[in-house]
Amino acid sequence: MSLPVSGTAALVLAVLFGFAFGWLLHRGRVASFDTIVNQFRFKDFTVLKVMLTAILVGGIGVLALIDGGMAKYHIKDANILAVALGGGIFGIGMVLYGYCPGTAIAAMGSGSIHAAVGFVGMILGGILYALSYPWLRDNVISVAKWGKMRLPELTGLSDLTLFGILAAVAILAFVAIERSRRTA
Amino acid sequence: MSLTAASGDARSVTGIRIDWTPYLVGVGIGVLSWLAFAVVNAPLGITTALSQVAGGAATPILGADAVAQNAYWKSNPFTLDYGTLFLVGTFFGGMASALAAGSFRFEVVPPVWRERFGGSPARRLAVAFLGGLIAMYGARLANGCTSGNGISGGLQLAVSGWTFLAAMFATGLVTAALLFRKA
Repeated sequence: MSLPVSGTAALVLAVLFGFAFGWLLHRGRVASFDTIVNQFRFKDFTVLKVMLTAILVGGIGVLALIDGGMAKYHIKDANILAVALGGGIFGIGMVLYGYCPGTAIAAMGSGSIHAAVGFVGMILGGILYALSYPWLRDNVISVAKWGKMRLPELTGLSDLTLFGILAAVAILAFVAIERSRRTA
Repeated sequence: MSLTAASGDARSVTGIRIDWTPYLVGVGIGVLSWLAFAVVNAPLGITTALSQVAGGAATPILGADAVAQNAYWKSNPFTLDYGTLFLVGTFFGGMASALAAGSFRFEVVPPVWRERFGGSPARRLAVAFLGGLIAMYGARLANGCTSGNGISGGLQLAVSGWTFLAAMFATGLVTAALLFRKA
């Protein structure tokens, strides 16, 4: 079998990988309104722990795979205005919803009715976006198109330096978080 | 140490109780990303597929022609492809984990919300609907959500991913501060 797989095998893996993702999100307690909202209130750091660890472990492994010719980059366009504006809008919605799209779907599976109602909202949001897309494309997405840019290109620092900095920041943050829980 | 443990609490040599579960789950998602890149050449992501589903849902409302001619759905048509089947898997993964852990339950008003805004289901469901709508709109404008931009973009050191994460946390913190301010 040569990689990457395609066709029916990839569709089977889509369900399996999605299943693993949903399982992990639920086990990590991030498929939960309380966990996500309390992250933004600095009362619970589970979201930060999961995301930073995933980015570090995933990033170093994917970098090695790419260096070894076993994977390719999938960099999204840095249409900076659209990404910053979209991310900002997303942050507001995420706190009101108490989920991000992936954790919402896993939470629906675990019985969350408000996640399911918000899912209908997400579908409507997707429809409204598609309807407004031609205008956004010409007036927002077209502004400040930096292309498929990566941080090494932006900062002049190497991949390993950036991962080193990220790992150091993450470990310091994790130690500080765990120390603050000394009373538990 | 098992991911299936209901509580990953362990006492370290320093006497600090560390719950390893979030870190182990982060490692799990990282390893899943390796597989996603190497085996299927498709990073983890949710909302591109969700916008395809939105196109499918819009078809009876707007008409098949309007959807087919839309500039956005033209490049993201609704089909059972890798992305949409991934969503199906995510749903059942969350369900299986909840059932296996014995934590499956129907939740309408979560505790943190109830403590601040009371037990009204209508109020919680209305805000959840609005929040989902806003989150999806923002995710599509940014061309990715916490998964596609945040994790998959972040781990590739993509400028879009880190810009998204910074913007998302900035407005999320302000929104949470306003929602939960002391009356």
